[in-house]
Amino acid sequence: MKLNILRISGPLLALIALTWMPGGATAAEPDARSIVANSLQAFYYAAKDMRARVTMRLINAQGQERKREMTMLRKNSGEGGEQRYYIYFHTPSDVKGTTFMVWKYLQKEDDRWIFIPAIKLVRRIAADDKRSSFVGSDFTHEDVSGRSVDDETHSLLRTEEMAGRAVYVVESKPKAQSDYARRLSWIDQQHGLPLKEEYFDTRDEKVRVFTADQVEQVDGHWTITVRTMKNLQTGHRTQTRFTDIKYDVGLKQNLFSERYLRNPPRKWIR
Amino acid sequence: MDTLGIITLSIATAAMVAGVKSEAVAETLELSGFVQAHVATRTSDVDCPVGTECDVPFNDQRVQLKAEANNEAGSLAFLGKVDLIHDQVLEENKAEVRELYADYNADSFTVRGGRQIITWGVGDLLFINDIFPKDWVAFYSGLPMEYLKRGSDAAKLDLYLGSTTLEVVVSDFRADRLPDSRQFVMASPFSPSLPRNIDEPAGQEIALKYSGNLGGWDSAVYASRGYYRAPALTETATEVHGSYARLNTLGASLSGAFANGVLNLEAGYYDSEDDRSGDNPTIENSQARFLIGYSRQVGQETQIGAQAYAEWMQDHNAYQRTLPSGFSPRDEVRTVATLRFTQRYLHQTLTFNLFAFWGLSEDDTYIIPSARYAFSDDLWAELGANIFSGSRSGMFGAMGDNDNVYLSVRYAF
Repeated sequence: MKLNILRISGPLLALIALTWMPGGATAAEPDARSIVANSLQAFYYAAKDMRARVTMRLINAQGQERKREMTMLRKNSGEGGEQRYYIYFHTPSDVKGTTFMVWKYLQKEDDRWIFIPAIKLVRRIAADDKRSSFVGSDFTHEDVSGRSVDDETHSLLRTEEMAGRAVYVVESKPKAQSDYARRLSWIDQQHGLPLKEEYFDTRDEKVRVFTADQVEQVDGHWTITVRTMKNLQTGHRTQTRFTDIKYDVGLKQNLFSERYLRNPPRKWIR
Repeated sequence: MDTLGIITLSIATAAMVAGVKSEAVAETLELSGFVQAHVATRTSDVDCPVGTECDVPFNDQRVQLKAEANNEAGSLAFLGKVDLIHDQVLEENKAEVRELYADYNADSFTVRGGRQIITWGVGDLLFINDIFPKDWVAFYSGLPMEYLKRGSDAAKLDLYLGSTTLEVVVSDFRADRLPDSRQFVMASPFSPSLPRNIDEPAGQEIALKYSGNLGGWDSAVYASRGYYRAPALTETATEVHGSYARLNTLGASLSGAFANGVLNLEAGYYDSEDDRSGDNPTIENSQARFLIGYSRQVGQETQIGAQAYAEWMQDHNAYQRTLPSGFSPRDEVRTVATLRFTQRYLHQTLTFNLFAFWGLSEDDTYIIPSARYAFSDDLWAELGANIFSGSRSGMFGAMGDNDNVYLSVRYAF
């Protein structure tokens, strides 16, 4: 209990101290919370909707590789940060045709459904733990569909240059107990996307590293087209490549329904 | 297979051939499949009767070939899935059409014709409104779970009405595949030496489901007019005769988020039309069935689920009065609890699963532990067991001589 209080009050105190410091380093900078809020917006909410082909390569410490290819459809659905995700699996062969749908809410647990084509079964699945692995990869469900800015407390540590880009270095600590104790993010000052993230455990050991390996402008939206998450403890890493990205394609709200879970919309699934 | 089956299968086949032949229509044609070996050894210490495969009751190898095609607009789609099976125990080679259907998709409806697997209801291995045919032999032998479901030869219409869907299924009768004395050791009140003659119904069955999301809950109501999928048997001097009695069902289900997990509720009424008074001992009495289930994640890769289920036999007095001697009487209310525990390791390549049925009223259990390891995306192996224990008059306990340990290996291509 004590530890928890300390962990939460640490950054809060730092924030208060920073705000109170007259003419301090933060005077000209936006506050950490709005930097992260903008970053989440750029990362997960670009345009009204998006369609992309996503290839995940899951590589273990021995170099053995597994591959997941999917089509991802995403639509922002109104106020409050609600979103809908639809994922169709092309490979591996054994899971081909499996579809997965998320109705994402920021204020409560998401709704998730999966469709198993071999038995034509639609099942609602418990979405309690967003920190669990997405299809066995190093990315969590939360890494795929985003988190709420207020799930963590944020403090701006410094600004610096990274690979020729001006970045904010922000420290974030989860408010509820999580699999990490703190996270450092290098957030691009221009487009707001995170170029790197490091996750630390309770012993302050670095356990996971996210890198944006390729960042491009697609339809006017800055997009991380190649990203890697590496687990430093196991040596397992996952490289995700987004291709055929299209923004504002006009996805309809009713596409994110049991009908299309059972019967994938061929127009969008290629 | 009768008229409807032949018609729907022909439509599906013709449509598939047309789709494959015409490049303009077949935007995509994908071929895939797997090879699979499955073997189970009996672990119960039992002297099997003559004619029953005792030590290794299940041992088959199969190739599944799957073809899928659809046109560019997505209005036409086809799927065919055929298993070519070499069964070492039954000493036969056979081809089994798992699914073979064609879809026509319009804005407001979809029609699917052909052999198709249909799964309804929210129970986990407990079925109320899923009245479609099942393969219990596959299930008790430890074959991968998809083999529990058999396809229906059916025409299915999905009508999209706003945010709700009405599904109408017209199908030929297809029985459940039930354990028999070649592979299972079970007490039977019928003479094993008499030939069995079982009549299949000739008419069609119809099933309806109307579903939608109601205040965040996946809600559905169901109705069906068909037949029981297990035969009602009577012994005469010369044969054991079987026929499938009429069954009408009415039911509903709900599934939604609750207390950081998923809550499932389902109920149904089984109207045994041919024995509404309950005094024909060969035909099941009418029943009311209820189910409540809850599942949630308890760790990053750990999930648990629990269910409570009840079957309430109607006219239990008439049943007791007319039950011939030699049959152990069933309770008026049969209750079952289930538990599922799933734990994944090594980036979800290693999965431990435990499913347990606990017959509360019949004092018996059925436990299915399994471990599956995926060597790669294409190759996995599963080692598991089917363990029955408890009262021999219970549904699970009656299977007590059929405990097995199984191994399945599948390579997908």
